[in-house]
Amino acid sequence: MNPSPRPLVAAVVAALLVAACGDDTDAPESAPDPEGTTITLVTHDSFDVSDEVLAAFTEDTGIEVELLPSGDAGSMVNQAILTKGSPQGDVLFGIDSTFLSRALDEELFVPYESPALADVDESFVLDPEHHVTPIDTGDVCLNYDKAALAAAGLEPPQALADLADPAYAGTLVVENPATSSPGLAYLLATVAEFGEDGWQDHWRALRDNDVEVAAGWEEAYYGSFSGAAGSPGDRPIVVSYASSPPAEVIFAEEPPAEAPTGVVEGSCYRQIEFAGILAGTEHEDAARQLVDFLLSPTFQEDLPLTMFVYPVTDVELPPEFVAHGAQPADPYLLDAATVAANRDAWIAEWTDIVLR
Amino acid sequence: MSATARPATRRVVTGAAFAVPVAFLGVFFAVPVAALLTTGLRSGGRWELGTVAEVLTSPGTRSVAWFTLWQAVASTVATVLAALPAAWLIGRVRFPGRAIFVAALIVPFVLPTVVVGTAFLAVLGPDGPLAVVARLVGADLDLRRTATAIVVAHVFFNYAVVARTVGAAWMAVDPSAEAAARTLGADRWTAFRTVTLPLLRPALAGAASIVFLFTFTSFGVVKILGGPRIATIEVEIHRLTTQLLDLRTASVLSLLQLAAVVAALALHRRAAARRGSTRARVGRSVLRPPAGGERWLALATVAGAGLLVGVPIATLVWRSVDTAGGPGLAYYRALGGTGGGTFRFVPPVEAVRNSLLFGAAAATTALVVGGLASIGLHRLGGRLRGVADSSLMLPLGVSAVTVGFGFLIALDEPPLDLRTSPVLIPAAQAVIAVPFVVRTLLPALDAIPERLREAAAALGASPRRVWWEVDARLLRRPALGALGFAYAISLGEFGATVFIARADAPTVPVAIFRSLSQPGALNVGQAMALSTILLALTAGVMLLVDRIGDARVGGF
Repeated sequence: MNPSPRPLVAAVVAALLVAACGDDTDAPESAPDPEGTTITLVTHDSFDVSDEVLAAFTEDTGIEVELLPSGDAGSMVNQAILTKGSPQGDVLFGIDSTFLSRALDEELFVPYESPALADVDESFVLDPEHHVTPIDTGDVCLNYDKAALAAAGLEPPQALADLADPAYAGTLVVENPATSSPGLAYLLATVAEFGEDGWQDHWRALRDNDVEVAAGWEEAYYGSFSGAAGSPGDRPIVVSYASSPPAEVIFAEEPPAEAPTGVVEGSCYRQIEFAGILAGTEHEDAARQLVDFLLSPTFQEDLPLTMFVYPVTDVELPPEFVAHGAQPADPYLLDAATVAANRDAWIAEWTDIVLR
Repeated sequence: MSATARPATRRVVTGAAFAVPVAFLGVFFAVPVAALLTTGLRSGGRWELGTVAEVLTSPGTRSVAWFTLWQAVASTVATVLAALPAAWLIGRVRFPGRAIFVAALIVPFVLPTVVVGTAFLAVLGPDGPLAVVARLVGADLDLRRTATAIVVAHVFFNYAVVARTVGAAWMAVDPSAEAAARTLGADRWTAFRTVTLPLLRPALAGAASIVFLFTFTSFGVVKILGGPRIATIEVEIHRLTTQLLDLRTASVLSLLQLAAVVAALALHRRAAARRGSTRARVGRSVLRPPAGGERWLALATVAGAGLLVGVPIATLVWRSVDTAGGPGLAYYRALGGTGGGTFRFVPPVEAVRNSLLFGAAAATTALVVGGLASIGLHRLGGRLRGVADSSLMLPLGVSAVTVGFGFLIALDEPPLDLRTSPVLIPAAQAVIAVPFVVRTLLPALDAIPERLREAAAALGASPRRVWWEVDARLLRRPALGALGFAYAISLGEFGATVFIARADAPTVPVAIFRSLSQPGALNVGQAMALSTILLALTAGVMLLVDRIGDARVGGF
């Protein structure tokens, strides 16, 4: 277990593999030289971008971008912390407000204030020192199956408190906040709504109302929610995103005039996704250009239909989002420091109340 | 060669044969795992042994460990009981469609859990066939998120391990012994119990310990079917590592799991040692059509296996053609690609091509590494052989997330910064396939009668010539079989691949996973269509493997 055998084994294997890994062992470049540089963008698995958008960046700057998906947002941040000082890439995209404090404490990023921030609403800038730059927002909201609720003779809920009403017994499926980012966002929404001392009673009521808990979004949406296309589920209300109804329309075999699911606008929690330049990068100049690009209209306009999130700058939304999506006027959002200080305790308390 | 070579030469050959597997598994398994455990258990240059005791005695750990243990025991017992009739069928009975039956059994074993888990949710849910049957007798049945669901799914996944391992042993039992007992007046059951069963016991114990190993370390099944209230040690390790970065607790749990795995492997080793003598093969000649009452047993077995393995698979296939406008091929046509043009979209043809290429590289690597390891093991004697053999199987008992995070901190320095190298995917898949290759090749090597080599040497053949004319000739078919099986495993491998999959070269399971993580009918439909393609590929490969080799491939 002593780390000293590593060089030894490394030497043995270097001999075996030297031919195979030639492309990854380039000597470090001495001076930053954007022209002809390749930089790596570390992302979560949900990242997406149109091919021509990325090509436009390369055309404008001469910088090639390699993408490195690294699991969900939590896994990605934790991998970045583990490889601090010897990062796997130059820019990291997709860290959200719930993991932000951990990353800032670990000093994962070098500060950079992009000039493009001028076009961004100030409420999205959570780090005044600009270690990270806001890129998009994705609101976590209750979604409901319009047909199933109508068949059960129920009105769509209007607010979080409605779900505790016995009329809604057996209708809700949520994700476990310990293992799922939308699950955590929904827990935070209830904390924001009922207060740090009040959310526990609400969840006790939800438990009495037979709330179902799934491990992750896939299990909840495709396994338990009745409104998802092809789902075996029987729960008409699920914790998902404000952009899920447009996705149901866009990915339908034959796009319906009306989305089969709806969003409870009074239930939304705002998630902001950030990008940051990883400390230890050898291409800081190119990395800055990439961050600028992530805020450019080209990339921002591409966001809704590739990642189903909303841009942070003022660009035009696709018609499906205008027609079927929700843009809640006043979503819940807790202060990042409060979340960081209490997250683990809240999750533990939630687990005791809901699962034990 | 062994008959004539001097002991010193022999040792050099054995050592040389081991060098490659040791270096390979060292770099791609042992060093990364050790690096991560070290990071977790050391702080400020000191081992934190106090943590170990603290974690081990906490109520949380105890309840997770207890659940892990009992569900593994229950799953193992259930799998052995359920698969025993199928083992009889494989070992004794000739029937039409036998080859397809045997190949189909192994399909679940090599399918990614993310795919099968979703199919199982559909089968066990309130609209599934089980609930429909239960409703007939007036009962409400929803098995999702229960321990029962996990056990049923484990039986589904591991059915083939028992059926094939025990089936192969059954084939090697001379039926005339049981016939003799019958002549002496024993009834069918007594004859089976007193003659055949004792001869099968080592194979049963071996298969059971492997099923125990797989179910004790179960991840995907538990995560998808168990829901949030149920967690195994492996699920906890994953959560602690990826979500909380609590490497201390994760390391202690990894050690706990490793201890259980080592115990299971020791049991397997003891069983294998006793099995040596039954390896003398009688072979396919023992197969005959079922007679009389056997016909019903055979029918019931095929029907039972068909239900267990067939229903989830049929559900999957059905969902891939169940489009809004009735049954059709719309999802398959969608795979042809209109939705393209973005980074996440994987042209399915390309994903299939990637899977085939990576699978070929992984299978070849596994065959070379596993083949050399088998040669080395064959030459080793005594206690050392058992220990070395079990060590090769350790990768099956360590969490993919531990290996994956280990890669990040162990392979990060030039000249070995392999973290983003394309070499990692086939390498990681090969690490998982090597134990299966060894399980096929080593018994074949052991089964070569020494007197054949001696005869060749007596006729004047040089040691090299002896190896070529005897060993190589007799190993050709098992090696091809092992290659095919390693290929099938690599095609479906997901846990390790998803960690290191290069963004620009996703495999089919990764493409399935990506499709399933977005809402919309086309996404689910395409995931089901891709799963069906993967299923057909895997079944095709296994059919070929069985044609080349025998049911022993994929057995333990």
